[in-house]
Amino acid sequence: MATHKSVETKYMEERQELFDGMWNLDRRSFLKVSAAALGATAGLAAPHSFTPVSVAQDAEDSKKNKPFRFAYISDSHLYTKDVNDRFVRGLLRAVDDVNNLDPQPDFVFYGGDLAQLGQVKELELGAEILKNLKAPLKIMVGEHDWYLDMGQKWQELFGESTYSFDHKGVHFVVLNSVVEKDFWTERKLTPMQRMQTVAGLDNGLQSPFTVGEPQRKWLKEDLAKVPDDGRVIVFSHSPLYKLYKKWNFWTDDAEEVQAILRRFKQVVVIHGHTHQLLLNRIGNIYFYGLLSTAWPWPYAPEGMPELTIEMSRPDPFNPNDGCGDGEVLVHPDGLVDKIYNLWNRNPITIGRNYMTSMGKQDAPPKPNRPSY
Amino acid sequence: MYQLLKPYNSNWVLLGAICLLMVAFLFGCDQEMGSQKTVTKDPGQDAKRPSGIATEDTHPKTSPESKSDSRETASSEKKVELDSCDGENKVTVSKDLTGQPLAHALLDQWKRDHPDRDWVAEEKRAHAFKPPADNSDLLKGDQGKGHAYGNYTQRDILTWTREAEKFVAEGSRIFHSAGELGSTVGVSCDMCHPHAANTHPETYPKFQTQLGRVVLLRDMIDWCVENPVRGKHLDPDGPKMRALEAYIMAQRKGVKMNYGKH
Repeated sequence: MATHKSVETKYMEERQELFDGMWNLDRRSFLKVSAAALGATAGLAAPHSFTPVSVAQDAEDSKKNKPFRFAYISDSHLYTKDVNDRFVRGLLRAVDDVNNLDPQPDFVFYGGDLAQLGQVKELELGAEILKNLKAPLKIMVGEHDWYLDMGQKWQELFGESTYSFDHKGVHFVVLNSVVEKDFWTERKLTPMQRMQTVAGLDNGLQSPFTVGEPQRKWLKEDLAKVPDDGRVIVFSHSPLYKLYKKWNFWTDDAEEVQAILRRFKQVVVIHGHTHQLLLNRIGNIYFYGLLSTAWPWPYAPEGMPELTIEMSRPDPFNPNDGCGDGEVLVHPDGLVDKIYNLWNRNPITIGRNYMTSMGKQDAPPKPNRPSY
Repeated sequence: MYQLLKPYNSNWVLLGAICLLMVAFLFGCDQEMGSQKTVTKDPGQDAKRPSGIATEDTHPKTSPESKSDSRETASSEKKVELDSCDGENKVTVSKDLTGQPLAHALLDQWKRDHPDRDWVAEEKRAHAFKPPADNSDLLKGDQGKGHAYGNYTQRDILTWTREAEKFVAEGSRIFHSAGELGSTVGVSCDMCHPHAANTHPETYPKFQTQLGRVVLLRDMIDWCVENPVRGKHLDPDGPKMRALEAYIMAQRKGVKMNYGKH
């Protein structure tokens, strides 16, 4: 017996196809779609049908790889509600944002630093809020989640901190890039003192972040099955390059990790920790920073990547300014468009052309209030 | 007039250390110097002693925990409690110790009782605030020749540096502490302004659009303390405000003054 689909199901499927198709439109195809849409409104085609749109899907690569979209939330730095409700409201707002996306993203990626001081109640509160997401959750660990109990509670709630998965032909890797050399034993720090040292962005008593030898070995093995022209997206909490050591906008063994990624046609690396619009490209590797839901960090005083067009200086009088969440559209070729959904501002989209042309095309708007 | 907020600042630290050395000297000036320093007790074992009025008397008492990790003989079990001349600190040492060993023992004990005595150096290591200007060029050449004023010594320069740094270190300590700032929401300044970044003290005074008036740096510090930090209004001439201002200004060392810049 043929599977029966309700009118609503068919409608939603056709609608999804429309959206998929629209991501691949060149100008000519766009006219076709527009004509179809015009026809639809004029009553020439059945008003419930999106069928004519499939004409537009003639891009070469889209035949095997379909584009897809995932959303991101990052760096919520939760205290419990009785200590600080603002950060909690930030995460709730981001969850609402993502849940209101229509169509829904394939999954939601959380970029680390769910808790502020890695405490059980903070992590549990975060897990509880993230349960409200409609789309499936993929989560990465940050240093604020880790250094009170060395990841015990976080792993109990969310599982392994290093893992990989495949989605629609793209290989995703999630790393724990906040591994620090032991600075606490010799100084006889309590777990909370250790946590607070790491939690201070400008605290120089801590060690630099690393991915570390065991994870690099794992990464090499994990990627062994992916061909050189395969599509790879890597998540790391710290940027997988060396930007500014004093704030750990930095991964100490970045070059070694980059070397492992060098053989691919292109790799997208998406990182948290920096709480700002941040872009970089090193050869075949494209780096994108995530926004925070708690507060924006200032830009590093030196060594900013050439490709980064800073977001406007945040207004301290608006507690949500400079914060936000966003989406990532993965193209069939493995490159991405990155949407920075800045709360209370126009969203900024970084198209793949901007990165591939090294900033010559499709540049995002310049800030109207640059950093001091 | 305005004392720094540290429970003991380094004037007291210095005074305490001098006192202890003097006591040691009086006790043992007829003894031979130069033997190895002696550790008489484990750190922190009797950190809490009843406080009392300082007197010149000493109170011999037998140590309840007779195990000593030193290489001294059984005679070292006899302890004596000394009042130091700052009127606050008491030190317990072996009765038989004299001279240099006693001086070392007293100083060690005092160090154990004051684990954060190097707070300025510690603050500098943790938050790497910028050093004050180097004035050593003042010592070069024939400075001050024929002038009544302006002859500086190495000591002057060290004093200036030390005192200026201490003031800034105090600011750094408050800047990085939600508790010191009186935050009710666990927020400290460094959470938005690591190394005081984006505080731009050189742009004040300026018309602050959101407040509709001309403000000074201290007005903005106070606004931050009252709003994102959700603490209480700081006295504009109070020690905390002065220290915060000092730290923020110090961090912008070398940047051109440019009041009114938006």
